[in-house]
Formats: sequence, structure tokens, C-alpha cells
Amino acid sequence: MNDHERAPLVSLTDAARYFGPVRALDGVTLSVAQGDCVGLVGHNGAGKSTLVNLVNGGLAPSSGTVGFATGGSALEAGVRSVFQELSLCPNLTVAENLRISHSALKGPNWRRPARAEIGQSLDTIFPGHGIDPNAEVDTLSIAERQMVEIAIGFAPRGSETRLVILDEPTSSLDAGIANQLLAHVSRFCASGGAVIFISHMLGEVFQVATRIVVLKDGKVVAERPVEDFTRQGLVDAMGHVTADTADATGTGRDFGTEVVRTDQGLTARKGEIVGLSGLAGHGQAAALARLYLSRSSAWRAGKAPEVVFVAGDRQRDGVLPLWSILRNISVSILPQGSRRGLVDREGEARVAQDWKTRIGIRTDDVANPILSLSGGNQQKVLFARALASSAPVVIMDDPMRGVDVGTKQDVYAMIRAEAARGRTFLWYSTETEEVCQCDRVFVFRNHEISAELTGSAITEEKILEASFEMQEAS
Amino acid sequence: MSVLSRPWLWSWLAAAAAFSLTLGLTSGRGAGELGYAALSFGAFAAIVGLGQMLVITLGPGNVDLSIPATMTLAATLALKAMGSDPGTAFLGLVIALAVGFGTGVANYALIFLLRLPPIIATLAASLIYQSLAIWSNRGLRIKPPAGLADFATGRFLGLPNVAWVGLALAIVVWFVLERSVWGRWLLATGQNLRVARLAGVPVELVRASTYISVAVFASLAGYLLASFSGGAALNMGQEYLLMSIAVVVIGGSSIAGGNSNVPGVWGAALFMFLVVSMLNSYGAGAGVRNVLTGTIIIAIVIAASSRRART
Amino acid sequence: MTFLARHRIILPVVSLAVLLAATFYMQPRAMSYFGLNLLFNLAVPIALATIAQMMIIMVNDIDLSLGAFVSLAACVTATFLNDAPMLGLLILLALILSYALLGAVIHALELPAIVVTLGMSFVWGGIALFILPSPGGAAPGWLRTLMTVKPPFAPMAVVAAVIIAAVTHLLIMRSGIGTVLRGVGGNARSVARAGWSVIRLKALAYGLAGLFGVLAGMALVGLATSADANIALRYTLLSIAGVILGGGEFTGGKVSPTGAVIGAFTLTLAASFLSFMRLSPDWQIGAQGAILILVLTARLIFRQKGSEA
Repeated sequence: MNDHERAPLVSLTDAARYFGPVRALDGVTLSVAQGDCVGLVGHNGAGKSTLVNLVNGGLAPSSGTVGFATGGSALEAGVRSVFQELSLCPNLTVAENLRISHSALKGPNWRRPARAEIGQSLDTIFPGHGIDPNAEVDTLSIAERQMVEIAIGFAPRGSETRLVILDEPTSSLDAGIANQLLAHVSRFCASGGAVIFISHMLGEVFQVATRIVVLKDGKVVAERPVEDFTRQGLVDAMGHVTADTADATGTGRDFGTEVVRTDQGLTARKGEIVGLSGLAGHGQAAALARLYLSRSSAWRAGKAPEVVFVAGDRQRDGVLPLWSILRNISVSILPQGSRRGLVDREGEARVAQDWKTRIGIRTDDVANPILSLSGGNQQKVLFARALASSAPVVIMDDPMRGVDVGTKQDVYAMIRAEAARGRTFLWYSTETEEVCQCDRVFVFRNHEISAELTGSAITEEKILEASFEMQEAS
Repeated sequence: MSVLSRPWLWSWLAAAAAFSLTLGLTSGRGAGELGYAALSFGAFAAIVGLGQMLVITLGPGNVDLSIPATMTLAATLALKAMGSDPGTAFLGLVIALAVGFGTGVANYALIFLLRLPPIIATLAASLIYQSLAIWSNRGLRIKPPAGLADFATGRFLGLPNVAWVGLALAIVVWFVLERSVWGRWLLATGQNLRVARLAGVPVELVRASTYISVAVFASLAGYLLASFSGGAALNMGQEYLLMSIAVVVIGGSSIAGGNSNVPGVWGAALFMFLVVSMLNSYGAGAGVRNVLTGTIIIAIVIAASSRRART
Repeated sequence: MTFLARHRIILPVVSLAVLLAATFYMQPRAMSYFGLNLLFNLAVPIALATIAQMMIIMVNDIDLSLGAFVSLAACVTATFLNDAPMLGLLILLALILSYALLGAVIHALELPAIVVTLGMSFVWGGIALFILPSPGGAAPGWLRTLMTVKPPFAPMAVVAAVIIAAVTHLLIMRSGIGTVLRGVGGNARSVARAGWSVIRLKALAYGLAGLFGVLAGMALVGLATSADANIALRYTLLSIAGVILGGGEFTGGKVSPTGAVIGAFTLTLAASFLSFMRLSPDWQIGAQGAILILVLTARLIFRQKGSEA
């Protein structure tokens, strides 16, 4: 990209941001120029979100400076953000959502250009997406919404898009669509744009980034061209040592009796870890939700629930925002320790303390509000809530979204230990690596089970084959 | 900081201010009488307010608009059954509470079976209860049994009996919310129904029992109010529609749900009575009194919320 | 995505049509220019009030003061606007602006709208009592003429309904600013993030509610020829019911102006329908509630059929 003027689009000089006593960002110097694709990696709570908010003008730095090429605001400099949590208006159509962030669309007939612009953006990034610009967003799947959001991020919207910040853009996308996005990011940077790419999927970062910035505890601990990093080196820089992942799965353990069987053909035996895979939005989450709702009651709560649920969409399905960490952990086990309908307060404190250490929730006191935790730590609370219960079946709906590598390894180990003790896990994941940890995998396609894989047959190729087969034929 | 940041403090401060401003006019004379009257009339607002608080805690969109109709219907049927005969007070109470239970079940059935928004369901149902009350009452004014009327207007240890009832109810509600599993379930449901359901909370049981509770509280208030004022009138519940919502919010409970505040309800109930008597004693006309009441309600909400924002 | 779910408007239309057919069946004489005018005359102010309520519900709030506000607007119309048109107009303008201000304050201080409007209902009611301590006043002549005009082909009420629905549909569903306003109800954070001032948008939504509230009060006086401080108190609940009957939802910015107008007309018709059935007056209120439940039940059944299909 030597043809382009390599003037920085945005430059941060010793920028810091404090929230009360918390130093979310502790003096960061960074500049992003045209043609750059900066991979930003770091733990949960390392300061990535804060850095993003400084760059897009959402927050002002507590000290240091953030300067834009045009000398003006982030908006004028052509900085666009696509956020991790979905931020569309669900009651509006796809084209109307573009209108929200595109004030240049005026006049009585603004709908046609709006439809054309978003349609074109979608076509460019995700060829064959099949999304109708006139569809209301709440009729779209979560993956489709994320695609729309990304498309709006890249759409010109009356000016020029110069820098796009992608915060976990592929968290709900399956591999095929994620690859379309990565290809587009590369094209976009090659033609003079710039991207800040945040992802827990290191493979993606290596694939698209020209430069990788590693954040740790609010500071940049490493910044080098991508060629100078190895995966292991990157993980080490973030401060975690990954255990060897590819250990033998499907060791031919003997499982107990069948404990789950649905009309769809989804089965699980005692002590088994059953994976659900396939392209995102092909009915896995719905199948799990149906299973959970059919095995639990909205009218009774016994002392021994049959199933528990670990949510992946924390805001929608998991976190009780007004409560402390403690109350969030104990909500599912209240009847178990209760006497005459009263809460066993010592018991729940004991359980919460116990799980705080076992699963490593980063807080000094479980009485702190749940929202004081970073996303990954909130997710740990949700795991603790489920595992603290005695339910024999644990349902997990893509629970590793936004969880860092180290925690993932801890949770994998915990799941395996619990399974060995006779618990059954049903685990939907969008990440193939996770599915490969399972004893048996059901691959979903078009809301039906298209393949059942066991033992050594659980490979990425087999899963992809079962996920895609039909679509290639049609 | 811990005391100042309590949301219920504001309703109590406001009540105290209204109290002292009224007395400022009489230079302290009549303090006992004013306090006694506030406790008597405040008790009814507190009882319906406690019920409304439980419903509002269920989360956005949950509110019971049928409280006035339930009060009237319960009082009418109870007084009709008692027929002013001595020794029937208990029978009347049972009938009133049964009516409350019935309307609660009916309200919840509409919400659950027809999936109506609670505002619409309770609004529509209240029209029917109102018709039932009109039909069964037929303009008659039956006096409550003498013993019951004496109880409702009597006092114990210097405080009105109805205030004792309201106080006892408040303590029970507070204890249930703080310590019981059901209270936790209610608070969880109010924060996010879907999350609560997925965490194994029996959310429909919680919702049903809450809507039944509010109706039972309303029927109790109607029974006591009719006994207190010497008979049931068709418009006896009218002012308690806005009142029940006002005391909950002035009391510091979150309108967004998942958070209730029992002491605040009592403070707000006292305040609502005291502010009217304050304006009366300053000789304000109906128009001025309404404007000032409204302004004060808004001022308190602003004060409470900006306080909360700072802490 | 089914046809019925996509076209939320069909269910309110069907409800109104069924009720209308039943009315015509019971009272064939109602099926005339004059009959329709009689049936729907009072629906015009209710439709305007319902649109006002819809503006508030659109931005996820609810207005418990609307009935008192419409009453106040009616009182101003019957007194000041009649006696001193300029002053009257200024007062009505001030009322609209105060509504916009209210919206801004509610948003800026993050106040619960349900409580602030609850308090405002006392304020509006108090001012109305101040202006008209006892029923009285008179409708300005031009307003009276406007509300009793007899257009060709269709009665005034029907023409007015079509105009109100068309104007508000263009404003809320089609225009850019209407889209952004609905966006505030759907996801205020993302609207703010896109550079909009949510406080101004909320003020605009409330201001529009104030405008339609004032129009409702004026229309009401034009029909009733005089006013009193409690003339429209029941509009608060009627307007909420109308928005919901029209397919609107309390949260998420899902509203339909056309549906709201139809909902208001359905409610008005329900009231007239009762008198055709010769019900004992004891039961009239209750039957109104029953019809409300019935229509919403039908809506639920249609919706379920729709989602099964």
C-alpha cells in the first residue's frame, strides 16, 4: 500500500482512561494509518473496549490525546464501529436501520437509495447473503443481524469510510461467512481503508491483520507486524499459556443410560458431552431452548431440577443486572437449601465463595454487582450458576462468546471432570475447536440433524461437509 | 452515605416536611390529631400500594389498573353478606378476600391465557368488576356491623387499628421479599423474565401469585375502608388508582422492575395524605391544590432520581 | 415470517369490520351516511388522542395525563380561543411546547414517564379547573362548522379518519425523521451512537403528542360545543386501549398510526353497539370491557393461526 499516503487516520498519544480508581486504559500510544489492518488482542478486561471507545470518540481520554487526521471528530474522520453487542433497532427494517446512521438520506424518496446502498454493501461483503433490505431486523437470525451491522459499518453513508472498528465481528458467524468477511477486510485495507480487528479467534487475526497489538492490563505489551508473531508467542504475550488442545477425544468411555431424546433425534447418554454444530442459525439454539423449556416448568421448581442452562447471549438470556455476583450464582439453587420457603443465606454464600475460587471469577468480593465484572467474568458466573446446581443435564447455548483463551481451557477441564462424574452436557458452539472436545456431535442443517459423528469421526472436515453439503447442491 | 442513599428516605422526608408545614400554621397545635388522621388514611393507600409495588416489581408493563374496581366489588359483596348483622365480621372478611382472590385469578388468566399486556387486561377486567359491583349494589348503602365499624375506626396503643394492619402487612411483605425464595424469584423475574425462566425460576407461578396478592391486598383495603367509612360506595376506590402507583414510585421502588422498597411505600402514603391537608389548611382551592399536588409528586421523583444518580 | 405477522394492520381492520357488520345486522338503518356519522362522530377526538398516546408509546413511555391534557385543551378552546383567538392560540402553542419540554426533562433526568405524567395529570386538571370551575364556554364558530361539515360521499368522521391516518402514516412510517423516532423506541442507544440527540427526538415525540392532544381537545369542543374540566378524563385509558387494539405494542417502538385510528374507531363503535343490544345500564361498562377482551382474543387467535401457517 505504498501508493497511499501513509498519514495516520487516528493517533493516540499516551492516552489513558480511568473509571474511578480503575485504570481501564493506562497510557496507550498507537496510530492507525491507511492500509493498516490492526489486530487487537488481549484478555477480557485488558482494555480493548475502552481503547475502541477512545478511537471512535465514544469516550474522551482522562489524560493524553486522541487526534484524528482531519483534526475534527471521529465521525468526520470516517471512523465507524461495529460493536460486539448487537446495536440495531429491531423494530425497523434493514434499510431503515441504515437511515438511522445516514443523515444524508433526505427527501421524500429516501427509501430507494437506502435499500440500494445497504443491498450493495451486503452484496460486496457477503455475496449470496439472502437478506431482504425490507425485512424487519427482529425477523432476522442473530448471524444475519451481525451481517447487517457489519454491512452498515462499511457502507459509505454519504461520506467516505476510512477506518472500521470490528469488535468480535465473527462471534455469531459460521466459518463460511466469517471467511467472506475476512476477505472483504483484506480487500478494504488493500484499497486504502483501515481496520481495527478485535477477535478471540487467533486464526482470523493472523489471517487478516498486518500488525498485531497486544493489550494487557490497560497497556500495550507488544506491537509488531504479524509476521513476527507465532500463535504461541501471541498467547504468551497475552499472559496465558494454552494447554495442548488436540488431546484425544472420544476415548471410547462407556456412557450410562440415555437421558435425552428429542423428536428431532437429538440424544444424549449419562456422562456424555454432546456437541451441536453446523452453520450458525440452523436451529441448534432453538433445539436447545425447546429441550430446556420442555424439561423444566414455569409453574414448579423442585429441589432437584432436571436441566440447567448456560446462556451465551448474556444480556438476553443470562445476567440479572441489578444483583450481586452472589445472587446471580445462587438463583438456580435457591429451593435446594431452603427451609420453609426461606433462603439459606449462609449456604448460598458458601457456594458462591466456593465457585469464585474454583472457576476464578476476578473480584475481591462476591457481594459486588455483577455488572462490575467484564463480559468474560460474567460468563464465568453463568457457568458457576449452572454447575452449582445438581441437575444431571447441562445445556449450553454457545457459552464461550467473549471468553478468553485461558478461561476456555479451565472451563473445558471443568466440563470434562463433571462429565466423568456422570453429568450430561449438550453443548452448542459456533467454534469447531470446541465441538471437537465432545464425545458425540450432531450437525444441524436447515433446522434438522444432518449428521451424527462420534469419536475419531469428529473432525472439522466432517462437520463442514455435513453443514454445507446441501447448500452446494442447491 | 448509607442512610442518605436510601431511596425510601425521600418519601419520609417529604412527609415530615408536609407535616411540619401544616403545623407551622397552627404553631404546633393539633399535631396528634393530624398524625392520627394521616396514619388512618395513609393505611389504606399503604395497603394497596404494597400490592401495586409487588406487581410493579414484576417489571416494565406490569401494573394493576383493577385495584379500584376490586376494592369496590369486595367491599360491596362483603357488606351485602354481612347485612349489618353482629358477629359476621369474619364472614365478611373471608368473602372480601375470596373476591380479591377471584379477581386476581381472573386478571392473571386474561394475562396468561390471552397474552394481553397487563395494563390492558386489568383495565378491561376492571370494567367488568365495576359492572358487577353496580349490579349487586343497586344503590343500596348497607352499614357494616357495629363491632367491625368500631374496630376499623378504633385504636390500639394510641395508633389506629387500620394502621396496625397496614404495618403488619408491610413487615410481612418486607420479610418475604428479603428472605424468602419466592421474594428472590419475584426480584429475578422483574429484572428479566427470560433470564429468570432460563435460570429455573417458575416465572408463571411468581406472576400468578403476584397478581393474586395485589388483588387480595386491594380487597382487604376495600373491606377496611368500607368498614371505616360506614359503607361501600361505588366510587370508593377511584382515587386509589393513581394513588397506588404514586406511592410506589415516590417510595423509591424502581418502575423498571426487580427492585422494591417497602418502607418507602408507607412514607409516600403518609405524604400523599399530609400534602393535601397541608394545602387545605393554607386555604388552597381545588385547582391550586391539584396543581401543587402534581408539582410536588414530580419534584419528589426528580429529587429521588437525581439523588440516585449521584450515589 | 408470515403474511399476518408482517402486515400487523390486517387484524385491527378485521376487528373493526366484524363489529361494524354486527352493528349493521342489529340496526340496518345505521348503514347510511347519517347513521355512520352518528356512530363515529365522537371517534374523531378519540382518534386524535390515540395518535397522541401512540407518539409517547412509540418512544417506550406511557402518558397517564393525556385525558387531563385533552380536557385542558378543550377548556382553553372553549374559553380563550373563542373570546380572544390570538391569546388562545398562544396558550395552545405553549401547551404543546410544555409537552415537548416534558419529554426532554423525562429523558434528561431519566425519570419514569408513567409517574411524571401521573403528576402532570394533576397539574393539567388543576389548571383546567382554574380556567373553567364549572362546565361552560362555547366552541368557536369556525370550529363548530368544521366539525359538522357534511362532505359528499362520506361523512365527516370517516373523511377525518382517513386524513388523520394518512398524515400520521406519512409522518411516522414513511418519513426519515419518523423512522428515527421509531428507532428511539427500538434501540435508543444505537440512535444516539449514530450521532442523533435523543433528547431532542424525545422532545419532538412528546411535542407531537402535545399537538395531537390539543387537536383532540379542539375537535371535542367542536362537537360538544362547550367544555368542562373533566370532559375527556376517560381518554387516558381509551387512548391506551386504542393503540393496543390497533396492533401497537408497549415497548420496542412497534406502532401503527393507521391501526391506532382504527383502534379508536373500534372502541367508539363498541360503545354504540351496546345501546343497540338494549343492555341494562348496569352492564354497559362491563360489556365494554368484554368487547375489548373479545377483540384482543380474536387478535391472539389470528396471530397464532398466522404463526402456525
